[in-house]
Amino acid sequence: MLGQVSQEAELKCLPAGYHNHPEKIVPGLKAILDECAARYNTILIGYGDCGTGGGLDRLLKSYPNATRLPGAHCYAFYSGLNNFDHMMEAELGTFFLTDYLVRHFETLIIKGMGIDRYPNLIDTYFEHYKKLTYLAQTEDEDLQVQAQEAAHKLGLSYNYHFTGYGELEAAITSFGLEVKNQESMSHV
Amino acid sequence: MSDQDEEIILKDLDDTELVAQMMDDLYDGMIPEVTEGTQILLDRGWDANMVLNDALVEGMRIVGVDFRDGILFVPEVLQSANAMKGGMNLLRPILAASENNSSVGKYVIGTVKGDIHDIGKNLVGMMLEGAGFEVIDLGINTPVEEYLAAIDEHEPNILGMSALLTTTMPYMGVVIEELDKRGILKELPVMVGGAPLNQEFADAINAHTYGRDAAMSSELAKAIMGKNR
Repeated sequence: MLGQVSQEAELKCLPAGYHNHPEKIVPGLKAILDECAARYNTILIGYGDCGTGGGLDRLLKSYPNATRLPGAHCYAFYSGLNNFDHMMEAELGTFFLTDYLVRHFETLIIKGMGIDRYPNLIDTYFEHYKKLTYLAQTEDEDLQVQAQEAAHKLGLSYNYHFTGYGELEAAITSFGLEVKNQESMSHV
Repeated sequence: MSDQDEEIILKDLDDTELVAQMMDDLYDGMIPEVTEGTQILLDRGWDANMVLNDALVEGMRIVGVDFRDGILFVPEVLQSANAMKGGMNLLRPILAASENNSSVGKYVIGTVKGDIHDIGKNLVGMMLEGAGFEVIDLGINTPVEEYLAAIDEHEPNILGMSALLTTTMPYMGVVIEELDKRGILKELPVMVGGAPLNQEFADAINAHTYGRDAAMSSELAKAIMGKNR
């Protein structure tokens, strides 16, 4: 998606497992920003607050050329922030999966949360959850089957919601335009 | 355990060995073994408070220290907590019925409105109970009205609030503001905790105390009551 909007943009990633350890996100991101901030005019951070308790926003105050996606949870961009709020209001006990999380459910959820070692922890973690909602970025039947199996494993009812890339797509397009504008300005 | 280890028969151990073994089992999250050890000590005539403090609370304190030091992780701590719960289930009715049951203080605790994540709150509740507090647990998704009603009904010494989400932690400030408006805050220390919180946030919302983890929260609560060991 990024490649389509700008050839000049560089993509840097933090380990996905950091979502299970939000305390690692801010230092991890700071290391990347320290390395990159001087080289780029515009930096888009593909995170929401993601459990950092405002720590990400405090960090970004020191990097005026960097902005993050709005909202508290990165997966909310797919459904749109308003839709996401409505879904949470309708059922507070909703556990969300995206394409990525369905693909890596075993690694990130089952192993990442220690459920493979202690299956009884499913009850501890998910006691107050009622349903699993799969926010699908692509229409993929295999992933839908896997998401249903994940819901079954966690003892939750299953709900499918196709979102595409939602507000993430708009944010990246807008970022690409900004980069292009800056490129053309630097060529004047 | 290595293959060379022989099976340990808990009832064959003397008291000192058994308590040490129970702490090991608690560390390893072995629920049936901790429950069995608790029952054996009770059958040998141990006072329930002594079983609680010498075996369970002390074992959980070590778990807390190793969690803080990055040796243990959340799943292991939860498993240890579940093991402690096994022992607590045997001790709780005895402690409640005991004539020597002198509570350190009353503690009302709840996870704030909009949040259903109560693992941390439950750990804190258990550690507080182990420390001798009478804990009134309001559960999850607790609105300010429920906190106020519980304060009115139970007249606690401390109020505790937890939140896991960045979106719900500001609600702690809403509750504290309401307590302040009603003149309750100057009489009632409010403790806050939860993964995304820090001291800076606790100070910003005018909380009395920030509890970084369950073991620390229990120590801080005792300090508030002037009962620190």
